[in-house]
Amino acid sequence: MQTISSPSSSLQQHEEKQDDSHIKNILDDNSLTFAEKIISIKNVETRNKKSTIISRSGDIVIVDVDLAMAQDSTGPLAIRSLNEMGIDSLHDPAKALLVIDHTFPAADEKVANLHAMMREFASKHNCMLVEGSISHQHILEYLAAPGMMILGADSHTCQAGCVGAFASGIGSTEVAAVWTTGQLWLRIPETIKINISGIFNKGVFARDLILDYIGKVGEDGANYKALEWKFSNEDIRNQFSMDSRACISNASMECGVKISVFPVDLISRNYLDENPRMNNNSSNDKSYMKQIEIHPGNSAEYLDEFEIECNNIKPCVSGPNHIDIVHSVDELENVEVDQAFIGSSTNGRIEDLEIAARILKGRKVHKNTRCVVTPASVRVYEDAIRRGYVEIYLEAGAVFTNATCGACVGTHLGALGDNEICISSSSRNFVGRMGALSSKVYLASPATVAASAIEGKIADPRRYC
Amino acid sequence: MSDQPVIIPSISKGKAWVFGDNVNTDIIIPFRFKSRTNDPYEMAKYAMYGFDPDFHKKISKGDIIIAGRNFGGGSSREQAPVALKYAGISAVVAESFARIFYRNAYTIGLPALEIPEIKGKINQGDELEVDVKEFVVENVRTNETFRAREVPQFLRQMLSDGGLVEYYKKYKQFPWTQS
Repeated sequence: MQTISSPSSSLQQHEEKQDDSHIKNILDDNSLTFAEKIISIKNVETRNKKSTIISRSGDIVIVDVDLAMAQDSTGPLAIRSLNEMGIDSLHDPAKALLVIDHTFPAADEKVANLHAMMREFASKHNCMLVEGSISHQHILEYLAAPGMMILGADSHTCQAGCVGAFASGIGSTEVAAVWTTGQLWLRIPETIKINISGIFNKGVFARDLILDYIGKVGEDGANYKALEWKFSNEDIRNQFSMDSRACISNASMECGVKISVFPVDLISRNYLDENPRMNNNSSNDKSYMKQIEIHPGNSAEYLDEFEIECNNIKPCVSGPNHIDIVHSVDELENVEVDQAFIGSSTNGRIEDLEIAARILKGRKVHKNTRCVVTPASVRVYEDAIRRGYVEIYLEAGAVFTNATCGACVGTHLGALGDNEICISSSSRNFVGRMGALSSKVYLASPATVAASAIEGKIADPRRYC
Repeated sequence: MSDQPVIIPSISKGKAWVFGDNVNTDIIIPFRFKSRTNDPYEMAKYAMYGFDPDFHKKISKGDIIIAGRNFGGGSSREQAPVALKYAGISAVVAESFARIFYRNAYTIGLPALEIPEIKGKINQGDELEVDVKEFVVENVRTNETFRAREVPQFLRQMLSDGGLVEYYKKYKQFPWTQS
């Protein structure tokens, strides 16, 4: 068949150009925060009318969703809701992600049956299924792109804010609704801007920064709010790798955020260049995903601004039982620990495993303490093997597990018994979080956890860094 | 496993169970229990387990949870409001709610009423009446009435129909697509 350069294709190009101009107007509006810009862009009406519709904090908007995720403790309920509603087809299976990560591999038959239900659903609807990497880390490594609207039935979905996406947690049945229509309602959050200055002292890391912040603002200090992180200059920026940003965006959940976003900069651009995002559409067209860099406007209105000076932060320990009880590590030294846990979506990335391995290299885990190390993904696991970290951990007497949320949620691979005490780099220290109601969890950076593993009690990482 | 959905009536009466601030989702239902079942009646057996493993046996149908700030913080688990509803709780009234719990409560049809002024006004065991049509809570003992913070009409409608699933079954669409 003869190929003709038809007028319709040039018309289409022309329309696409017009399409971009109403988006460009939103991107260029200096009065808007990140959240206001992205929700205005994702507004279903903006797309339908191809016009510039500006929405602001407090507005309720129906948005197009680019990715909706559920994991093995929320996915089965989403599937149940779909079944109850009698919905048998998904809006766009390429935007539906199921991840089996929390109790992977299955710890017992009840879990195994729920996993089987997810596999069957994913296979039937041809949606994405990932097993054996933590959802948030998988999304960061392969799927999240600047300007995406990502919702997930897991509170730490907000981690993907680290690449300049709108990423937020919702419930199972809401994910079912997004899978059905591709849309959901969102209220545009007010934004707190956080200005970061100063250079970290030895032994202090991103996790200490976010624990310190939560200690100051409280468990609900940013409830319903967006956090926008801003660096005062390039030197400050350069100390925040993608792994560090992922830790901060993830752990921001512990003060209630709706999103926690690092607008795109050189660090995230480099990361995305090294880890390109490919379209996952049904035609198997492996093209690069369209990315929209969204930068908050200079005259945007903020609910509050907060200053963080990295040089003033000490190694922090949070807990037990409440995230916002935050101490400097030296106030808690000598608290004996039964278990030291390094891992989770909050602090199970290669940077974390490197820091802890450096401390444990040539040393031994204390005889009264178990040390469990869990990478956040298969890729992190492979990197840890390649770089020799797994060997270091095993020689030190630690247990190295597959990638899972297991210990963090007390479901397997490191649960706590009665009255046991754990120092952990995982996400939460709520009563009973990692096992028995009488157990206690302290949260800290991987460096502090590694130092504590060696000494058998909460220990200052600065002695080892 | 029962498949009968629980639908909470627009007016419910019950006894108050009073809690403090930051009652999180791990207290409401621990992960290791909620992740091993897909049956709401089974989830109900672990309602408020972190506070008292026998809570579900001690409450009566219609009882109401009164709480301080940030009720339901932490996890996105929809099983948290589901466990409370299927255990017999007819409403949660709090000074404030954590974001995802609040969304989930409306989604699954458990009234979540935000009333900052409730602090110190309800004693454990007080007889309460919650009217979801009027969005008010009455303390029968003191005769005091408290008005809850407004929510968008489509959420009120979804709640009165028994949650998102029941709404969809009735109208074959999602409530926000109309607003």
